[in-house]
Amino acid sequence: MTLWLMFLCIGVITYAIRLSFIGLLGTKEMPAFLLKALRFVPIAVLPAIILPQLFLRGNTLDFSLANPRWIAGILAAIVAWRTRNVLLTIVVGMAVLWGLQVLLARI
Amino acid sequence: MTSKRSEFFSGIKDILPILLGVVPFALIYGVAARSAGIPAIAAQAMSFIVFAGSAQFVTVQLISAGTPVAIIILTACLLNLRHALYSASLAPYLKRLPLRLQMLLAYLLTDEAYAVTITHYRQPDVGARFIAPEAQIIAPGHAPKHWYFFGAGLMLWSIWQLGTAIGILLGANVPASWSLDFTLPLTFIALVVPALKTRAEWAAAGTAGVVAVLAVGLPLNLGLIVATLTGMAAGLLLESLETKRWAVKDGED
Repeated sequence: MTLWLMFLCIGVITYAIRLSFIGLLGTKEMPAFLLKALRFVPIAVLPAIILPQLFLRGNTLDFSLANPRWIAGILAAIVAWRTRNVLLTIVVGMAVLWGLQVLLARI
Repeated sequence: MTSKRSEFFSGIKDILPILLGVVPFALIYGVAARSAGIPAIAAQAMSFIVFAGSAQFVTVQLISAGTPVAIIILTACLLNLRHALYSASLAPYLKRLPLRLQMLLAYLLTDEAYAVTITHYRQPDVGARFIAPEAQIIAPGHAPKHWYFFGAGLMLWSIWQLGTAIGILLGANVPASWSLDFTLPLTFIALVVPALKTRAEWAAAGTAGVVAVLAVGLPLNLGLIVATLTGMAAGLLLESLETKRWAVKDGED
């Protein structure tokens, strides 16, 4: 039930954002500062989600080899930076993760 | 009539290459949503209700991390704020349409549909080549270009619904040991790293990431929001400092 309410909330707000200028505000100019700030939203929010996924286990930093996610993540980031290829990034990241998981299981 | 139809189909045609990139995302969303324990119907309903890939990804990721509902809603909506930019940019072209059409097109407004539609709107009207260019500027929207928007948006919508449904069906059978949940952070990496071009953008991303790691102990998972806002502030600050430095240099010349 909470799940549905959550989806509904996100959906309604997202729709309101999409309709904002087209249907309600018309051709009003967006303030310049807001325009600048909005461009930084995805660039800030995604790393804020990614980095804790890679470097934290529980609530503590884990840079050891027992945590394969940060190694796979860094290699994937290098692939993304050099190739700009989304699929290749995902494939390399998953391959490294699986490889390290298999290695760790053997040790 | 034919003009409407040709606009509709050229919208579909122009979004086809982009769909090649969208299909894997749709599949991954479906699989990841199931591995996060979201029921199949709810996962598909989100594709209908929200219809925004990155926000859906973030929501699934945060649900599996056990993030409080309010923070998930806030983060997903923050991420979708960029649609206000698209809405503002398309508004001049759509202002003469009846409200019900505006409402329909707003529902179909995504990154991909925006990208092809705004390019199409900025091209001179092909059907109106006998009209003086000045007249075209005075009367934008001469050709029924909103049919192009509708074609592109509807095509993307259909493929997204179909792709996420297939992903959800596949996802039910994937064992947890495959760690397919890791495709979500990898997808984010693939999206964000190529987008970082200026120093201000790197500063925003780096600050947000580091603060998110440091602030993980904050109550209610507030660290994510704090990190995002700090990152944005860092980016804006560096950008304004660099602009000022250039302005000073220009002044010296």
